[in-house]
Amino acid sequence: MVAKKSIKLIAVLVLMVTSFSSLANEGDHKQETHGKGELVDSPEEIREYIAHHLKDSHDFHFFTDNASGTHFSFPLPVIVWTSNGLKAFMSSEFHHDDNAQVIVEKDEVSLVKLHSKIYELEAGASSIDFDEAHHPTNAHKVLDFSITKSVFGMLLAGFLMLLGFTALARGYKKGAIPTGFGRVLEPLVIYVRDEIARPNIGEKKYRKFMGFLLTVFFFIWILNLLGLTPIGFNVTGQIAVTACLAVFTMVIYMVSASKDFWKHTLWMPGVPVILRPILAVIELVGFVLIKPFSLLVRLFANMTAGHFVVMSLIALMITMKQAFGPVASTGMSLVLALFISVIEILVAFLQAFIFTMLSSLFIGMAVEEHDHH
Amino acid sequence: METLLNDFSVGLFIMQAIILVILILLMRKFAWKPILDSLQNREEGIKNALVSAEKARLEMQNLNSENEKLLKEARAEREAMLKEARDMKNKMVEDAKTEAKEEASKIVAQAQASIESEKNAAIAELKLQVANLSIDIAEKVIREELSNKDKQVKLVESMLSEAKLN
Repeated sequence: MVAKKSIKLIAVLVLMVTSFSSLANEGDHKQETHGKGELVDSPEEIREYIAHHLKDSHDFHFFTDNASGTHFSFPLPVIVWTSNGLKAFMSSEFHHDDNAQVIVEKDEVSLVKLHSKIYELEAGASSIDFDEAHHPTNAHKVLDFSITKSVFGMLLAGFLMLLGFTALARGYKKGAIPTGFGRVLEPLVIYVRDEIARPNIGEKKYRKFMGFLLTVFFFIWILNLLGLTPIGFNVTGQIAVTACLAVFTMVIYMVSASKDFWKHTLWMPGVPVILRPILAVIELVGFVLIKPFSLLVRLFANMTAGHFVVMSLIALMITMKQAFGPVASTGMSLVLALFISVIEILVAFLQAFIFTMLSSLFIGMAVEEHDHH
Repeated sequence: METLLNDFSVGLFIMQAIILVILILLMRKFAWKPILDSLQNREEGIKNALVSAEKARLEMQNLNSENEKLLKEARAEREAMLKEARDMKNKMVEDAKTEAKEEASKIVAQAQASIESEKNAAIAELKLQVANLSIDIAEKVIREELSNKDKQVKLVESMLSEAKLN
């Protein structure tokens, strides 16, 4: 069982590495003109590098060999909804350009990539123009369904989850006690069920929400952990991702809210009648906006901050070289980055836990039935 | 805030929503449902096993106490039987003793009685013999005495003197 799994894992890794190297080679040929051949070594460049990392990206970039200007990366598919319908191509067509210099023509639609966003040039424009604030004036954003790095990360996390947990599920057919990696996963499932869902939602109703809670918990946790690897995912640091998760929670607890919940929210008993509409507005705003907002911002801010701090501490090695010399600055950066990374491992779990915890708390509030009054 | 809003990608949001929905459905069907079901089954199995173990324990306890009771009863019965036997033995011994004593005293009494009667008979015979002997002696003495006149007179005189004295 374990051996079979490790073979699978190795196969996946080999697949990834081979595709990466072949694509890197492909990138090689197209890259000659664009390599800057400079090291990222000034504070501004570091800031830009970090900001760039925190954003989503359309190709999977590992590192750049500055001597030859080769980017070791593989392109991801770009799928955009333009004024002329759906367009799909590989991001390699942008040649790693992120400053709207390379124009990709697709059926009379000109597309450029600027700061990890894809813009469509207005009809007739042959190059992009900017205003003073560096906003493009003759291009607009398109709806971007690309398999970006974040989408790739989500797919990877989903794949890992399916792999791990279907194996666990299959394991129960052989015996009541799981073997191998299932032994690690089972306590986690039990933890989510017994420590998060049951106490907050209640014994009678928790079962219905387990699918969502478990999926979200492991999804966030795996993505947080993937974010700590040098591959450099920052999925849970994308505000669209956390917003989507929070909206899911919101929709779930609003849809499954009990009659008692609506009664208490819209016409609070035991309160002067004049106050009731005001309270209803406050409660509604709280449930529809504030609670999901707190969920999405908490996860987003924590993960973004974590990435920012770790990268900044790694960058200390370069920024402090002038003041302390190469050995001291490297040592300092190593110790601090190690320290923060260990904390980030904790935070990765903690944020997944908090998100799931609060989701189940809100669901519990909504489905609760009062037997008094 | 503006950069945040600028960073918000609607496409990513939609992709995430689609992936999440598919993932939730897949996970629910292929992972969570079987996992949670088996967990529940296992927990119920454990609970049932515990309950039945407890039941068996109680039964065992009941059985034990019953055994204990039976044992106690048997012991008491044995004790009672022993006591009865002991009592009976004592009584029998006692009875035998008294009987023996009575018999003995009876025998002694009989012996005494026969001794007495023997003694009386012997005494009577002795008396008879002594009387006969005395009579014989007296006859002989009288014969002797009366053969001589002087002596007869003397005797009469002595007897008369004695009679006077009386």
